[in-house]
Amino acid sequence: MSAPARSRYDAVIIGGGHNGLVCATYLARAGRSVLLLEAAGRLGGAAVTREFAPGFRVSAGAHLLHLMPPGLLRELNLGAHGLKMAAAGLPTVALSRDGQHLLMGGRAVPTLSSADAQAYTEWRRLLGRIAAALHPVLNEPPPRLGTDAWSDRTALMRLGWRLRRLGRRDLRELLRVGLMNIHDLLEERFQSPLLKGALALDAVLGTNYGPRSPGTVLSLLYRLAATHGSDALSLPEGGLGAVSAALAQAATAAGAEVLTSQPVARILVKEDRACGVALASGAEVSAGVVISNADPKRTFLDLLGAEHLDAGFVRRIAQLRTHGVTAKLHLALQRLPQFSGLDAAALRGRLLVAPDADYLERAYNHAKYGEYSQAPMLEVTLPTLTDPALAPPGQHVASVIVQYAPYRLAEGWDGGRQRLTDIVIDTLGAHAPDLRQCVMASELLVPTDIEREFGITGGHWHHAELAFDQFFMVRPVPGATQYRTPLPGLFLCGAGCHPGGGVMGLAGRNAARQVMHEVA
Amino acid sequence: MSQESPHFRQPLLRTPFHERARALSQIDRFIPWAGYTTVDVFSSAEQEYFSVRNASSLFDLTPMVKYRITGADALRFLNRLMTRDIGKLRPGRVAYTVWCDDAGMMIDDGTVFCTGENEYLVCTAERQLDWFAASAIGFDVRISEITEEIAALAVQGPTSYALLKGIGLAGIERLKPFEHGNFTMPGTDGAITLMVSRTGFTGDLGYELWMEPADATAVWDALMRRGSSRGVRPIGSQALNMVRIEAGFILPNMDFVSAAHTLRIGTERSPLELGLAWLVDFKKGHFTGRRALLAEQQRGPLRQLVGLDIEGTKPAHNALLYTERSGRREAGSVTSATWSPTCKRNLALAMVDAPYIATGSLLWAEIYLNRELVWERRMVRARVVERPFFAPARRRATPPAEF
Repeated sequence: MSAPARSRYDAVIIGGGHNGLVCATYLARAGRSVLLLEAAGRLGGAAVTREFAPGFRVSAGAHLLHLMPPGLLRELNLGAHGLKMAAAGLPTVALSRDGQHLLMGGRAVPTLSSADAQAYTEWRRLLGRIAAALHPVLNEPPPRLGTDAWSDRTALMRLGWRLRRLGRRDLRELLRVGLMNIHDLLEERFQSPLLKGALALDAVLGTNYGPRSPGTVLSLLYRLAATHGSDALSLPEGGLGAVSAALAQAATAAGAEVLTSQPVARILVKEDRACGVALASGAEVSAGVVISNADPKRTFLDLLGAEHLDAGFVRRIAQLRTHGVTAKLHLALQRLPQFSGLDAAALRGRLLVAPDADYLERAYNHAKYGEYSQAPMLEVTLPTLTDPALAPPGQHVASVIVQYAPYRLAEGWDGGRQRLTDIVIDTLGAHAPDLRQCVMASELLVPTDIEREFGITGGHWHHAELAFDQFFMVRPVPGATQYRTPLPGLFLCGAGCHPGGGVMGLAGRNAARQVMHEVA
Repeated sequence: MSQESPHFRQPLLRTPFHERARALSQIDRFIPWAGYTTVDVFSSAEQEYFSVRNASSLFDLTPMVKYRITGADALRFLNRLMTRDIGKLRPGRVAYTVWCDDAGMMIDDGTVFCTGENEYLVCTAERQLDWFAASAIGFDVRISEITEEIAALAVQGPTSYALLKGIGLAGIERLKPFEHGNFTMPGTDGAITLMVSRTGFTGDLGYELWMEPADATAVWDALMRRGSSRGVRPIGSQALNMVRIEAGFILPNMDFVSAAHTLRIGTERSPLELGLAWLVDFKKGHFTGRRALLAEQQRGPLRQLVGLDIEGTKPAHNALLYTERSGRREAGSVTSATWSPTCKRNLALAMVDAPYIATGSLLWAEIYLNRELVWERRMVRARVVERPFFAPARRRATPPAEF
């Protein structure tokens, strides 16, 4: 832990998650003096690799890299900063109890009935076209309505033009399905329950919704828009923490000063303008602009304080839906469990336990009433198959995303943690009967743990629910869009902003551009 | 406040003064006000009006919504909520203030009583719990609605001081405008303690009495008994409306609609537009609506509430205003109007477009007259004049004169 080198910077960034690091890099490259302050002892926020059992390391938050657009990776030149992929183009396997697993995604061709195969091809093409039309939206601040600003008008016109260019049929379909629930849409198009389950999982993963919740088509489109419709998955060598390390190196190389173990106590305000930060250590740093990578509630309610904001705005922030429903289970395995009906290549990808869409909806039912799913949906990776260094020789790591595990568990997470761990092991064990015998150690991160470890209020991946009312032009809330806040000099750059979380990095880049646009 | 029948059979509450008021009501004109039934006119609005300006009047203001604000952050909370600097308000003082939404548009106006360190009483026209609760996020503050716990009676008029002294409120002569204090008066079962503030809605010498509901009738009876020689008279809302226009005071739903209730875009009003810029303290630190109001101040007003002196004697209720007699171009509209018997002027408050808000501007008011169901339209001169229209020196004198 070292102190800031200077007393004043052009920009101080609160939080060293991937968006904070991306923002710092762009600002520093533009010649700004930048100080990034991370509260934790390591950088990366929820994109981090750490030990969870002696000798076993895992990507503790996000465990796959698939949302960061190739353009951003190129611009940041992360390869030159040490980022290597352990595997790319990984497939997805939807696990079936009868061993007839469905291999899909990446370069895989799923084994389906001819009707489903044709529907699936059409589906991928349609989503690909829509995703390609929506993708540019992620690359810029969302426009505001009802302003005279030329940038807002042109952004709206560009969006309109891109949608128009989809053509009558696709646009009609987009307008029809855009706010639908994924369950109904999948019912229209497919027969295979396993296929529908797997596709529904992508629509609800990380959200507080079930497949029958309205808006789940939108969340799927959104996820695909980030990748231009591609569902190829990558695993960085060294886990997601390697991405953060490369981002940190890029930021430092660009000239940004990056400090860890430097929690910010509050944002300083002078004459109704953010003018710096006070550190928990007592030191103060002054800044031309303060940019917060922290979630909106932490930024506005804890770091800034309601007294600097209007009451209506504070109420909107307080009402922002920020409760996560996704848990993360890490298993230290003394050997690779025997998954029935899967070859080694398939095991390298992600394994889904989502046998059908109703299974997911039933899993979601529990979350509505403050319970964890008795039969949860799972997204599993075995990163040691492509990156053996994460575990001792011959031993393995399983990284499991578990849904649904509500932030507010009625019975409390003290006892619930072990019971949910057992349920997940049994659920996955149905496909690998010797799993329980392989488990040497386990760690379950429920949303309250995610809140504590990563400093995300509510423990939600996206900082704030990705739903239509907290989306795009109104994300996180009206009055704090376009990375701006009601307080001059204070900006946001985290997942709570458009276009949201996942290890995407676009919020950080867009925020940097907005800051440079506004503060010459 | 005993309620014999269920609330759905009698949706309007009765104030502790209700039985006394009903006994004195000659024409049975009651109107609902903030969930209570209250007197609109006892006998004749004009007679009641003259009791305010020439003698003493009693007005039951129990329905005023009252909140007690306490807690370590009570002052910080109020300062972020209100446009005025509540930090300057010392215990024993009262301040008139307004509060706005994020867009700087008026939600309500009211009075803040500082009753101790981080202890305040806030009186409002309409219920505010929702907005106060939103404003309390992030503050250590306790807000209790105590409307039903306090009976309130306004004693206003030139003889009001003599009347209060007459019922035995020792020390009342020292109470200055916008001060409040606790006073005792003899009652049949021992002394009655009242909080008295030298405040009011009449622009005249006057007081407001705040008491336990159980003491309400005893206080009323003492005032009526003692006041017979001082010309005391209970008054209803109509007479109050006449005097408040003379005093230049605004009323929600007459001169503005709360931004919490407006549905149409552009019908909300800012305190700057309502001529209340003197209540907006940009230097005290942040408060809700400050950034929007600052931008409005820099941009300059689009419209403003002004006082009008209108030709003739017919009140210009709801009149549209024009720049020329021809009525080709509108310049605003009248929000409140009355013939002022004391000023002998035809007065109005009007929301007027920015080019015409300067004192002395000449506008034309379109007045419709009902002559036994034969309607006539008059275009009369309306000149922008200073407010208040009526501000007698006696309202500020301490000790007040005994008329």
